Amino acid sequence: MTTGFKKYIYAFFITTAIFITAIFLSNYFSQKRLNEIKNIESRIAIDILASETQFALLEELSCGDIGNTFLSKELNELGEKLSYTEENRGSDDLEVLNLKRYYSLLQIKDFLLYQKVKQRCGVPKGVLSPIIYFYSNEDGECDDCEKEGFVLTRLREEYPEFRVYSFDYNLDLGALATLINIYGIEKDLPAILLNDRLYYGFRSLDEMKTLLPELKKIDAARLKEAGKATSTKQ
Amino acid sequence: MTYIFLFIALYFEVFLLINYFELVDNENKLEVGNGDKAKIAPDFFPSVSIIVPVWNEERTVSKTIFSLLNLDYPKDKLSILVVDDGSTDNTWQVLQGFAMDSRIKLLSKQNGGKHSALNYALEFINSDLVGCLDADSYVSKNALLKITPHFKEEEMMAVTPSIIVFEPKGILQMMQKAEYMFGIFLRRVFSHLGAIYITPGPFSIFRRSVFNQIGEYRHAHNTEDMEIGMRMQKNGMKIGNAHDAYVYTSTPSSIRALYKQRLRWVYGFIRNAFDYKDMFFKPQYGHLGVAILPAAGFSIVSTMYIFGSNIIDLGSSLFTKIKEIYTVGLYFGDLNLDLFYFDTSIILFISLTTILGTLYIIATSRKLAGEKGKFGLDSLLFIILYTIIAPFWMSRAIFNAVFARETKWR
Repeated sequence: MTTGFKKYIYAFFITTAIFITAIFLSNYFSQKRLNEIKNIESRIAIDILASETQFALLEELSCGDIGNTFLSKELNELGEKLSYTEENRGSDDLEVLNLKRYYSLLQIKDFLLYQKVKQRCGVPKGVLSPIIYFYSNEDGECDDCEKEGFVLTRLREEYPEFRVYSFDYNLDLGALATLINIYGIEKDLPAILLNDRLYYGFRSLDEMKTLLPELKKIDAARLKEAGKATSTKQ
Repeated sequence: MTYIFLFIALYFEVFLLINYFELVDNENKLEVGNGDKAKIAPDFFPSVSIIVPVWNEERTVSKTIFSLLNLDYPKDKLSILVVDDGSTDNTWQVLQGFAMDSRIKLLSKQNGGKHSALNYALEFINSDLVGCLDADSYVSKNALLKITPHFKEEEMMAVTPSIIVFEPKGILQMMQKAEYMFGIFLRRVFSHLGAIYITPGPFSIFRRSVFNQIGEYRHAHNTEDMEIGMRMQKNGMKIGNAHDAYVYTSTPSSIRALYKQRLRWVYGFIRNAFDYKDMFFKPQYGHLGVAILPAAGFSIVSTMYIFGSNIIDLGSSLFTKIKEIYTVGLYFGDLNLDLFYFDTSIILFISLTTILGTLYIIATSRKLAGEKGKFGLDSLLFIILYTIIAPFWMSRAIFNAVFARETKWR
């Protein structure tokens, strides 16, 4: 049984080695993901800073020089990736929490920049009114948040130019608490802030499109485009 | 919990592979030492009796008997006993076609189950060796010649063959083809470990003295070939394997027939395992007691656990998807191929390693079974289908075992 016993030990060591390798690989890729999120966050921070600087420089000049590209294009992608990471690592993960706080700050900065441009020059052409969405992941706090999430995700998919700033109401972040105070947002979730108006409770896809008439305009334009393409083919 | 299951499953796979490599290494050393001895013609021909128990097998029994008559073995050393276990079709009439052959003895009795047919035939047998061949199986010409030399070893009390699916057609039989080949690998490794605990109905050969020493076949929850194997092991009897002795067996072609057969097997295993529970985790039964029997039990539990957790995950994803469709309707956006979203969890890496090990075993099994390619459609069907359908008969077998509901042969 001595040689037989040795085989059990060998098998144990090999299995343990495979497990340790798997843990190492999984952590390695997980860390790579976090780094990618950090990189996107840095890029967005630079984008915002660049736009703010550009805006400061142009303040004395004409609004015509501000195009529709002043807002960062990567916020949506960042949101999706962060939410995927949160699902996998858990919402209690410290690194996830830090990234989420930073993401929330970037969203607030991006929104403030939008507000600044809007006040100074009005809404630039091709830029849709953004939505600020408050949700909660805590059990029993928001039964409709999952459904509202589906609606907003769908709007983002159908209209990539549409911006949704989503905030975890319970996130421990001073700037977020200030934003909540400024707009007087109550913990009656889901809550949506659109064009300085607050909407509480679930809003369906159709209701959202009614609240955002620009989306209907985009639909009409797309329909017209499709019609043109068909007639050209004929 | 999932990690524990994965660790044990992977551990067992590694253990099997270590033993397989050791076995191949031993054989290579032996071949080098023996030179051409292995090629010398056999000179050892103990007398052999083969029992063919039949029950309503009018369509296949002739082919089974012809394959036995065709065996490459001295004619005066081989006798065939066909036992009609109270067939209600034309089996007995079909058997009359062999009545004039001096090598064949036809027996008939009232229906009492396979074990009773085997025991009835044993009363007429006093040859050195005795074997059984189910009436839906056929032997290759040299199968017996490959098996009998193993009995030169005095301690060898039984030898099992390699079983191959006969002319597989359709998805289910293709899946079983790979599964049976997998069995060839397992039996080979188990034999190396002295841990074979099933002497399959198709052409396992025993010393006649086995039945004198430990008694005849038992009903054993309709899995008498498992029980006799376990009883032999309990009595310290050696069971070997002749991996190059091929036996072909017909397998169920319908899901219903397959389900019933597997239900009988798994139920039989659970009940026999319970009857022989004192062999589990006991070092005096060698690797069988310490590893193989516990691993066989574990494989049922782990299959059920993985199936259960997959069902829960799938159900939860489906529920979320339905909620989404109900809320915002169907939408087919662009497929997101961003590497960021690729699963890189620990479970994935461990599962991939386990699958790699399984693929290696499949490729080795195919080589052992004399198949050409390393992988075939059957391998793919086995990996994908088996894990999906096996839990159905396993769960029913567990239910039946808990509530002591006997299974039927057909």
